[in-house]
Amino acid sequence: MSPITGRGGVRARKIFGRFAEGLCTGTTVLTVGALAYLLGGIAAGGWRTITWDFLTKAPENGMTEGGIFPAIFGTISLTVLMILMALPLGVSAAIYLNEYAGHGLVSRIIRAAVNNLAGVPSIVFGLFGLGFFILFVGRGIDRAFGLGLLFGQPAMLWAAATLAILVLPVIIVATEEALLAVPASQREAAYAVGATKWEVLRKIVLPQARSGILTGAILGVARGAGETAPLLFTGCAYFLPHLPVVQIPHTPVWVINPFDQFMQLSYHVFIMSTQSHNPTEVRPIVFGTALVLVSLTFLMNLGAILWRRRYRRLLEEARV
Amino acid sequence: MIPLDVRSKIEIKGLSYWYGNHQALREVTISLPEKRVTAIIGPSGCGKSTLIKSINRIGEVAGEIRIEGEVRVDGESVYGEEVDLVDLRRRVGMVFQKPNPFPQTIYRNVAFGPRLHGVADKRTLDEIVERSLRDAAMWEEVKDRLQDSAYGLSGGQQQRLCIARALAVDPEIILMDEPCSALDPTGTARIEETVAKLKDRYTVIIVTHNMQQAARVSDFTAFMLTGSLVEYNPTERVFRNPENPMTEDYITGRFG
Amino acid sequence: MSLDPSLERTHSVVRARAMEGRVARRRKQRAIDWLAGKYFAVSGTLAIVFIMLIFIFLAREGLKALVEVHPMRFIGAVTENVITEKPEFTMTWQPVSETPKYSLVPLMAGSALVAIPATIFSGLVGLACGIFLAEIASRRVREIVKPGLELLAGVPTVIIGFFILVSVASFLQEVFHASRRLNAFVGALGVSVVIIPTIATLVEDALRAIPREIREGAYALGATRWETIRRVLIPTGASGISAALILGMGRALGETMIVLMVTGNAAVVTSDIFKSIRTMTATLAAELGEVAQGSEQYHVLFFVGMVLFTITFLLNMLAELVISRMRRKLTL
Repeated sequence: MSPITGRGGVRARKIFGRFAEGLCTGTTVLTVGALAYLLGGIAAGGWRTITWDFLTKAPENGMTEGGIFPAIFGTISLTVLMILMALPLGVSAAIYLNEYAGHGLVSRIIRAAVNNLAGVPSIVFGLFGLGFFILFVGRGIDRAFGLGLLFGQPAMLWAAATLAILVLPVIIVATEEALLAVPASQREAAYAVGATKWEVLRKIVLPQARSGILTGAILGVARGAGETAPLLFTGCAYFLPHLPVVQIPHTPVWVINPFDQFMQLSYHVFIMSTQSHNPTEVRPIVFGTALVLVSLTFLMNLGAILWRRRYRRLLEEARV
Repeated sequence: MIPLDVRSKIEIKGLSYWYGNHQALREVTISLPEKRVTAIIGPSGCGKSTLIKSINRIGEVAGEIRIEGEVRVDGESVYGEEVDLVDLRRRVGMVFQKPNPFPQTIYRNVAFGPRLHGVADKRTLDEIVERSLRDAAMWEEVKDRLQDSAYGLSGGQQQRLCIARALAVDPEIILMDEPCSALDPTGTARIEETVAKLKDRYTVIIVTHNMQQAARVSDFTAFMLTGSLVEYNPTERVFRNPENPMTEDYITGRFG
Repeated sequence: MSLDPSLERTHSVVRARAMEGRVARRRKQRAIDWLAGKYFAVSGTLAIVFIMLIFIFLAREGLKALVEVHPMRFIGAVTENVITEKPEFTMTWQPVSETPKYSLVPLMAGSALVAIPATIFSGLVGLACGIFLAEIASRRVREIVKPGLELLAGVPTVIIGFFILVSVASFLQEVFHASRRLNAFVGALGVSVVIIPTIATLVEDALRAIPREIREGAYALGATRWETIRRVLIPTGASGISAALILGMGRALGETMIVLMVTGNAAVVTSDIFKSIRTMTATLAAELGEVAQGSEQYHVLFFVGMVLFTITFLLNMLAELVISRMRRKLTL
């Protein structure tokens, strides 16, 4: 009978195993470290530029001075418009997938389409925005109503619509997850007292899925704020002397003008870092803009992740 | 208690076992005999699966456990500091409740263990695979389709494949955790035949909730209730003339 | 036990009230329910509609290119060599010139020269990270690392491109003695940053989907943790891992901003990873803004978009196929 205590062969296998596992661990650490390196680098280069003026003033002197407020405003307006379009559509699509469609062929085709949509290159969305929204829909409306060239040109409206489609898979996936998290027992209880499907959705499921849907919305906004390629020809501009707002006639109320072009943070970083005429002079501004953009998206992503963790934990506790 | 002329392979003394906060075993003391079949019976949750999992320490894969007392194989503690889990599990084989072959060919399933422990020569591997499949009463059925996927076999065949896989590493002890609960009567019958043949060479501990099976297959039977050992005697004694009234109640079906 | 008479009165009032409005209410609810069902069914098809729309409108402009330009020119054309003054077959992309050259070959070569190395590198790194997350990390560590990877995936690509431009490119040029500062290698590295989290997450999902019994079976035979990973889990999860790589490759081919900013934008055919190249995506981004709508080049660019869309679409379908085969394999 061989003793239970370790033999040479086994020790070698264990050592090799530990070495291989160490490699995996080290690789992961390095990868996450890359994130820290990236963020740290941007922060180091840009924190000095962040002043109150920087965040609230417009660019001056050929972009070498002043602030980036118009870009911030444009980014916020754009993403608000985008999420107003994407959220209802995405949530509805997810409701269909999860509550109405079975597990058959239809459901699988739709899911495949969602996955495909998620995999479309962002520049192709840009082309789509140009070819469909601006040229087809926009010009079509112009022609139909004899409006000249109103809808058929680059504008925040079309940029937001393009981004909305890009962001749709994010919303759909997050909403589906939120819907799945609502236990079947809740639905059964509602049906058992005679509720229709719509009533079950409206009164029981959706309220409980609210947190998850909110998470999806935040993730969608973060994604939309960071995209650049779809904006290249659908309405973004490097410098505009005015904000994309318009005053409602006869009132002191200003609203966002979706037919206007706009400035945007990620687009700004792109143009400034590749096409500026004074690269060294604008360097601090680019860093500052990049820092603002990355902080915004980072905080939104982080917020969504933490929020999701919190309500997932609450759900588990409630179930037990 | 077991007769004096039978050698004890596994000695468990005062074993208490906790999963997290839940105590699954309460000071169990039992001597399991060599080259015999011992059945462990009892209602759900009585700790019988936990008892055998404490021998090859497979419970630790799922999470944190705590024990008091000792488990010894051939006199040496299984929980000692110097104990090598890898080697322990080679010496103490296990067949699970639900057949769990790897999604690979029949041959590779059986050859997995030997390959792991250093056997590389193809001819030796072939011999081991054949021997193990014969011992599991499977060789005639699969000898012409060793390269087929294990998933093409029926439930009963898959379970016997798992037995062959466990035998391939030449263990001394075979633990079986309700091996027939996922099988139909034909599959069950074949497994029981196999178990009867195994005891010539191996020490078999089989957990079962099927009392008739225990009566058919085993030499010794242990009855457990809520983590404690209630009775442990030769099988005939346990089923004809149990020592403990609770055993009699369980066997006659007064509770289940 | 009989009810308190006053209670019974209340009960019957409620019952009567309910009976009164019941029929009308139920009919209205049922109509709303039917309407809601139709509405949701329509929105369910949105994703399909949009995918089709994208393809249709790319084709709407892109197919015009096939009419205006002889298809052979998308591969190459016969031009007169400036130096030798002899005609030769070249594959150049030069839409703005006397005789526009529309060979897609340099663009596709550029995309490949970035995407393939990026996928290989990210595949290895992503596999290691996925193994770590699924098998090695404790729950607490996982709760930190997994969000870390998610956050990495959430960094806007323009920021990654910018950061590479200002910090990394020069450093890399020194280390690798590259002839050009902005080249395919830098591009591949930047793209890797984007696709590693994707691959890692998919690998982790693939490994975690493997049922616990199979792991226990391996451990019970005396395998170490790494042996279980290498000999059982990875082969079993091979389909999921392949799907991760395929999707990663699709993502790499579709990346625009990073390559636009750091690959040098030279539309040449080369296999030297340290030379400047230009990808399909960068071409679209760079040229579409400056081209006249409806012109020949305009249509050709949409054609390039069609090709790009088709490639990524096919890769996505391939990944779906692989994943569904994996699901079938794992069901006993």
